[in-house]
Amino acid sequence: MNVVVLMLLAVPLAAAVVTIWLPSHAAGAVTAAAGIASFGLVLALIPAVSHRDIDVLGFIRVDALSVVFLLATGFLYACVAVYSIGYLRSGGEAGARDRGYARLFWAGLNFFAWSMLIAPAMGNLALLWIAIEVTTIVSALLVAIEGTDGAAEAAWKYVLLASAGLAIALLGTIFIYYAGAHVLGQSYNLAFAPLLGVAAKLPPTVVRLAFVLAVLGFGTKVGLFPVHTWLPDAHSEAPTPVSALLSGSLLAVSFYAILRFYQVASAALGSGFPRDVLLVFGVASLLLAALYLLDQQDYKRLLAYSSVEHMGILAIGVSFGAPIALAGVLLHVLAHAAAKGNAFMGAGVLVRKFGTKRILSVSGGLDLLPWSGPMFLAAILALSAMPPFGIFRSEFEIVTGGLAASHNAVAAVLVVLVTVAFFGMSVAANRMLLTPRREPAADRGEPSVWMVVPVVAGLAALLVLGLHPPGELVGLLDRAVNALRGTA
Amino acid sequence: MLPAHAPGVYTGAANVIAVLILLAEFGMFRQALLRDQVRLYAAQSALIAVLAVLVGAVRHLPELYVLAAVTVALKAVAIPLLLRRLLRETDPDYLLDTGHDIAGSGGLGLASTVLIGIVVAAFGFFSAGVLPVSGGGAPATALSVSLSVVLVAFVLMIHRRDVASQAIGLFSLENGISLAALVVAASLPLILEVALLFDLLLAVVVFGLLIRLHHGRADTLSTADLTSLRG
Repeated sequence: MNVVVLMLLAVPLAAAVVTIWLPSHAAGAVTAAAGIASFGLVLALIPAVSHRDIDVLGFIRVDALSVVFLLATGFLYACVAVYSIGYLRSGGEAGARDRGYARLFWAGLNFFAWSMLIAPAMGNLALLWIAIEVTTIVSALLVAIEGTDGAAEAAWKYVLLASAGLAIALLGTIFIYYAGAHVLGQSYNLAFAPLLGVAAKLPPTVVRLAFVLAVLGFGTKVGLFPVHTWLPDAHSEAPTPVSALLSGSLLAVSFYAILRFYQVASAALGSGFPRDVLLVFGVASLLLAALYLLDQQDYKRLLAYSSVEHMGILAIGVSFGAPIALAGVLLHVLAHAAAKGNAFMGAGVLVRKFGTKRILSVSGGLDLLPWSGPMFLAAILALSAMPPFGIFRSEFEIVTGGLAASHNAVAAVLVVLVTVAFFGMSVAANRMLLTPRREPAADRGEPSVWMVVPVVAGLAALLVLGLHPPGELVGLLDRAVNALRGTA
Repeated sequence: MLPAHAPGVYTGAANVIAVLILLAEFGMFRQALLRDQVRLYAAQSALIAVLAVLVGAVRHLPELYVLAAVTVALKAVAIPLLLRRLLRETDPDYLLDTGHDIAGSGGLGLASTVLIGIVVAAFGFFSAGVLPVSGGGAPATALSVSLSVVLVAFVLMIHRRDVASQAIGLFSLENGISLAALVVAASLPLILEVALLFDLLLAVVVFGLLIRLHHGRADTLSTADLTSLRG
């Protein structure tokens, strides 16, 4: 299995290097192949981690929790790679821009996916931090790639805020090193497994400080309130395939880093303090996002605030702590990746079709887009936790866990705010998709078949997760939950 | 706050260096010229390297010498050179197009901002006191100072209204964290420290690209126009 892990880390990197030199069409084919291969490699890891954690070369460590996040990233990488072929081709003169744009886009996309695939595979907290910093740097360039005023502004805010946040996370990492070296001696190297092993002996004040710094720091990249402010800008100004990766996968990978600190903190301090911290951030994020969703003018920003909402739900789910809530959280990571990927990919089709991101300027989407219209609607419904999609199941589990852990008030608040968010999203979707088109009818049809196929795959994934998650996946989630609860 | 058994000269010297690093941070407030800010950043980085050598010598951690060398090469030489080249490209006189941008526009004057800086520095200094830290690195007082540096760097980034100063503020924030690392994580494996530094270099390159993009679009380094995305 070590070979699979190494290949998983090598394939996207190789694709990134190769695509720098290739013309756009070949680069697209290579990227799609790399994306699909990466997803296949992650799938191959699922049975492997069901028995034991995988250690390679001393600094790579893949356990069930890592694989959950690798799965989300691998799936979106494959979808977005295929989708991007259509996105670039349908761009008209903008997409056929100079070769430099396509080259930067493909290489950047592969590098970005690579950085998000290495982060959950790192068995060392310093390397995890470095990998997440690399995701920031690469994705900031991708946000800026359009070169418009908006893109320049969004990229600057993003790189500055995310780097400042990660600086705080680095401080947290240094303090956790101090705590670890306190017990493990000066030769300690921030490896995760030994730290977790001695967590009960770590000095509590230092761990508490490190955890708060890590939540605040990595939380900046997750998009938790009040450090979410870069997120709507970056998501709305980035090219849409990049927005899909940012939202579905980058936020989740940053949340993965928080979960690692959560593991250490709850083993060292008991679960009370870490859960309270996550609860505060989660409820605040959910509240803010639900209110912002009610009055959005830009549908990519709408989806961005929906990401803040779902990251808040993740934090709340972890704070519930019940096993079923944690299983719901991990399922939510996967379902949110598929749903938000679909929603952004649908939004990209709308951008190409209507040439605007304003909600009020789009109408009649369901008539004009025979495939993307209904699937965008399905993605919006999935994001609003409608059955039979995966997010319904995951949020149901989270709320059940909340009630089981006697967090009745918070569970009720969660349900109310999710309903408010549903209201905002559905008003916007109704406006864009169902209102009849007043202007002279544009051509009915899809901009590109490449932009439909990955969305069908995403929809299938959402249905599978919602209706009947495969047994291997359930086993994987169980193992990851056990790791999170420290009962593995 | 001083450990009773600590050698006096070492503790004193380390604390003096830490305070000088904090003073360099405050110095950036009043430097109207970006060129001088870059110089202060280079000096601050060099002070970090000196402290690393000192800690390495006293605590017998020879890899800190290597760390000091890499710190000087990257943070005191390479990154300042990159920044100055960038400033030369974006502005021939190293000056901003309008002088008041850099001297602290926004709601607060320089004096008030420095006052806020002093308050947060004091807060950072005393809040570190609750930590039971007595590491194998620099003395614990330096940790308090490092938290002050980090907080003051945040004030600097908030106060400044141009992209170059904000970037330099962020890099000096990283210096504050390096200082904290010398106290509590002096024995962190060298390979990780160096990886962190190269990560910083990569970040500087990307910041440079984005600053250049911003300058190309807006023809200024000021962030006054970055207000179109909101809500």
